[in-house]
Amino acid sequence: MGEHLVETNDLTKTYGGGITAVDRVSLTVWRGEIYGFLGPNGAGKTTTLRMLAGLITPTGGSASVHGDRPGSPRSLARTGALIESPGFYPYLSGRDNLRVVARYAGVGDRRVEAVLETVDLADRGGDRYTGYSLGMKQRLGVAAALLKDPELLILDEPTNGLDPAGMRDMRALIRDLGERGHTVLLSSHLLGEVQQLCDRVGVISNGKLLTESTVLELRGRAGLLVAAEPLERARLCLERLVGADNVDLVDGSFRLRTGPEQAGRVSRALADADVVLTELRPLERTLEEVFLEMTGAEGMER
Amino acid sequence: MTASFSAEILKLRKRQATWVLLGAVLLLTQLFGYVFPYSSWVTGGANEQTEGLDPQLVLAGTLPGELVPTSLGGFPVFAGALALILGALAAGSEYGWGTMQTALTQRPTRLAVYGGKLLALAATTLAIVLATFTVNAIAAAAIATLESRALDYPSVVELARGIGSGWLILGMWCSLGALLGFAFRGVALPVGLGVVWALGVENLVSAVADSLLTALRPLRDLLPGVNAGSLVWALGPGGGASGDAPPGVVDAVTGSRATLALAVYVVGFAAAGAFLVRRRDVT
Repeated sequence: MGEHLVETNDLTKTYGGGITAVDRVSLTVWRGEIYGFLGPNGAGKTTTLRMLAGLITPTGGSASVHGDRPGSPRSLARTGALIESPGFYPYLSGRDNLRVVARYAGVGDRRVEAVLETVDLADRGGDRYTGYSLGMKQRLGVAAALLKDPELLILDEPTNGLDPAGMRDMRALIRDLGERGHTVLLSSHLLGEVQQLCDRVGVISNGKLLTESTVLELRGRAGLLVAAEPLERARLCLERLVGADNVDLVDGSFRLRTGPEQAGRVSRALADADVVLTELRPLERTLEEVFLEMTGAEGMER
Repeated sequence: MTASFSAEILKLRKRQATWVLLGAVLLLTQLFGYVFPYSSWVTGGANEQTEGLDPQLVLAGTLPGELVPTSLGGFPVFAGALALILGALAAGSEYGWGTMQTALTQRPTRLAVYGGKLLALAATTLAIVLATFTVNAIAAAAIATLESRALDYPSVVELARGIGSGWLILGMWCSLGALLGFAFRGVALPVGLGVVWALGVENLVSAVADSLLTALRPLRDLLPGVNAGSLVWALGPGGGASGDAPPGVVDAVTGSRATLALAVYVVGFAAAGAFLVRRRDVT
């Protein structure tokens, strides 16, 4: 899979009072991928990302970013981060805020103009930060994360609080960044967002990483939904076609564990058996279904 | 640390509060060092500040020769309190705005970010001292010209000693403010606690040690404000030519001991702040 940019081994953070926010999390983010870090609010996503940015010291396990200790100048130089909410100076304009960040990062002011263009804020760069909408603030946060033109972007719930248009624009921006070769570690509690954007997913709940795989693997193989009459003749026909173990009758329709490419064969076989076909469509599990199967958790949003 | 210093200077320069605090120091120094004493001399009347003093000595305090003690007269108390507020604002507001994590996720180490902030605050307090001396020198020249007196300014060495002492005093208060800002990760509590300490507690302890409980004098002599006042006293004994020491200017310890104590405080406050910034999680 190539080189990994982020690797954690049994990463743990326990606070005073014995509260374990992150419990032995081991994950890997490969170069060039958009990695979705999925979990409900309070699952431990932000704490994990803070540890990867060097803001919080782990109490157990280890982590490396670009092969270095998180928070070291070498790892920070190649990482851009927007964690939780953008932190900027309210008395400065968006442009001056980026100039401050650029000075910390050791990049020139010319780069400030470039990232303002990237996030479509060039026209409003001179406005005071306090006058920005939530969407503009989030975009400015992404602009700050991009100042170093980093290989790795850590974005923590970047669409939080945005209206639908703002969410669409932010997702387009993240997709674009991925296409331009940035590796993105994206945390989200929005299943649809992760499904749309990410190559691989790590699912975290109650501080524990439940699984880590590609989105396709996680959702499993697609099936077919068939509604037909009469039911008994249809069942015999379908069982002959794909095997009895691959046919379930649920709520008056059949669910077949077979690929959508078999739809033509199914249709023809049912017609030959004098069965009336009323519905035939691919059946795909959503991430939400997968997540609920794994955790039985509530609070996830599409 | 250069990168952090550059970022901090940009923030301080663009922040309105920095200019308001500078303006307050200049205004108060002008009012109590020049405007009120000279008005008293011109009108022949006495105000609370000059009551019972020889008018000639009151005038002498506003002339160029007394530039150092007159400029530093307000440093141990009110300018010090304003410097403390500057430090608390610069450090504490980083947490309220969430900008500490923005700074710490760029390239520099935590200590470099912290060091850059302290250096920028040191540069700002030096600028405040230089501005105070400059504006006061102009005021003293204007009064000397109006009164047909000689423009006899202190020697370069005396001026340098005065500016250095003023910088040390403001630097001490400012680093205490920054330490409180980092410790409490906010602005309101550090400013409140710091100002109460600088303006209230120190004076109270001094008053008790002077009259009611002299056994407290060794403790009093360790207080930062008392050492700041003693350093100013050493540069203009008795409060300078006017013979009326401003509030906080006291003859408690020698000038050299006060200088050493203030330097130890600056280093101690800076080291404690560095420990907090380096060790604590940023959430």
